[in-house]
Amino acid sequence: MTPDNLTRSFDCVIVGAGHGGSQTAAALRQSGFTGSIALIGAEPEIPYDRPSLSKDYLAGKKTFDRMHLRPQDFWGAREVELLLGRHVSAVDPTARTVMTDRGEYFSYGQMVWAAGGDPRKLSCPGSDMAGIFYIRSKADCDALINVLPDAQRIVIIGGGYVGLEAAAVFREIGKDVTLVESLDRVLARVAGEPISRFYENEHRARGVDIRLNSNVASLEGVNGRVSNVILASGGRIAADIVVVGIGIIPSVGPLIAAGAEGANGIDVDPFCRTSLPDIYCIGDCARLKNGAGIRIESVQNATDQATTAAKAICGELRAYDAMPWFWSNQYDLKMQTVGLNFGFDSVVTRGDPVSRSFSVIYLKNGAVLALDCINSPRDYVQGRKLVDSAARIDPAALANTSRQLKEIDLVTS
Amino acid sequence: MATISVRTRDGELHSFEGRVGASLMENIRNGGFDELLAMCGGCLSCATCHVFVEELPASASLPIPSIDETELIEGSDYRQENSRLSCQIPFDETLSGIVIGIAPED
Ligand SMILES: Cc1cc2nc3c(=O)[nH]c(=O)nc-3n(C[C@H](O)[C@H](O)[C@H](O)COP(=O)(O)OP(=O)(O)OC[C@H]3O[C@@H](n4cnc5c(N)ncnc54)[C@H](O)[C@@H]3O)c2cc1C
Ligand code: FES
Repeated sequence: MTPDNLTRSFDCVIVGAGHGGSQTAAALRQSGFTGSIALIGAEPEIPYDRPSLSKDYLAGKKTFDRMHLRPQDFWGAREVELLLGRHVSAVDPTARTVMTDRGEYFSYGQMVWAAGGDPRKLSCPGSDMAGIFYIRSKADCDALINVLPDAQRIVIIGGGYVGLEAAAVFREIGKDVTLVESLDRVLARVAGEPISRFYENEHRARGVDIRLNSNVASLEGVNGRVSNVILASGGRIAADIVVVGIGIIPSVGPLIAAGAEGANGIDVDPFCRTSLPDIYCIGDCARLKNGAGIRIESVQNATDQATTAAKAICGELRAYDAMPWFWSNQYDLKMQTVGLNFGFDSVVTRGDPVSRSFSVIYLKNGAVLALDCINSPRDYVQGRKLVDSAARIDPAALANTSRQLKEIDLVTS
Repeated sequence: MATISVRTRDGELHSFEGRVGASLMENIRNGGFDELLAMCGGCLSCATCHVFVEELPASASLPIPSIDETELIEGSDYRQENSRLSCQIPFDETLSGIVIGIAPED
């Protein structure tokens, strides 16, 4: 690369204009960064609120103009150059440049990789037919919304949060919904069994046909358009459309090709620095090396890591230690999660799931790791403090709803 | 014209024209105040849209907070008598002249 084919040069280039990228730009300015900033994003829209896609936006209850994370003129006012509709396809850490699919080169002083992930695609025979949808971007969601009036029978593949939220929306607008999950319970990767069983019951009570332990063998179609989902067990489910929610693949190809350490996500230290000089990585595609070495997919994580990276770029090294939290809305059920339950060895159910307001508390060696709170914001806010202090509490006391969590005594030992 | 005045964390007061029909949170966000994170996008799940209602026009009243809103606010270390979650307050002409402060970050 020679300098004369460099299109532009920026003090900080941010790749990915989603939750993490946009917050990085805002936080850089808040921290007093005066250099030039480019925010490069593959999607054509200005940064927007992604979680609404499978909730109020899909349901037609929220218009897109109410989902902008910041108003259009915010970016100009903060002197952040938005370069949208461009996909960064290569990174050269020696020349300190990124290249886009338009053939542009941008050089950087510092770079923040905040590219999130692409939906994991079905790979079985027939998965390239028409009528198969994913929900990651506004474009994905719009394509789905466009066909909804002509689709009555919807098969959802994957019982994670996105699949369950979509199921709730589809039932609310009167569609026939079948949800296929390969494991023996929904939300198996993220929540404890009481939460899984609760959501299965709720969805079934509202008419969702949930098929657990069911693998999709292939998709059948007519004239290149999906018409049936064929299960490994031999079962066939008629489908006007199929919606797939089986997780994401972190968008890290160009950075891995450039030599950054990582595989399923880019390895970062507590300041969100990658193994490459002056390149940070945050959000869904970053894997914190310490602790469990996991990626976390949440708005909170992307936003708070953005602030960590922005501060580090401004010379303020503060290790990332924000309290993890997450939410999901399905029907009239509001779930709030605090903490990370990885490695829990026991769970306590606080309250009766039948009342539709209860919490599940995850413990490890007797200390509180995390809570999932259903229609129970009080447990959520009070539980935060227990997670923060890794409180050790007698499980029987945790389960006793006649006392608030903040009133319960710690185990003294 | 319906105005909103926002006191940022540095104590400065900024006034701008609000959009009727949007929530107070959306108005503050649209006004370009990046201190207000409003991480859950207004679905009453996060409390990062916490504000103090410093002044209310004489004839105006705010909707009574729901139990969920009250409980979320109780989790804040900076809770005051006049604390509200701004995503729960629809903005309309009667609120013109309202003065709100952005609460410190928890
Ligand atoms: C339907 C849905 C519902 C969700 N619900 C919730 C919820 O209720 N609560 C919650 O906390 N989280 C939820 N999440 C997760 C949350 O949205 C993500 O964790 C968050 O958006 C991650 O932010 P990010 O910046 O890492 O990635 P993203 O917000 O995905 O942003 C990444 C951006 O980078 C762009 N990009 C990718 N590759 C390139 C490239 N090479 N060049 C340029 N641009 C690129 C992408 O197009 C995208 O715009 C949900 C996600 C989805 C999809
Ligand atoms: S924006 Fe999350 S509670 Fe108001």
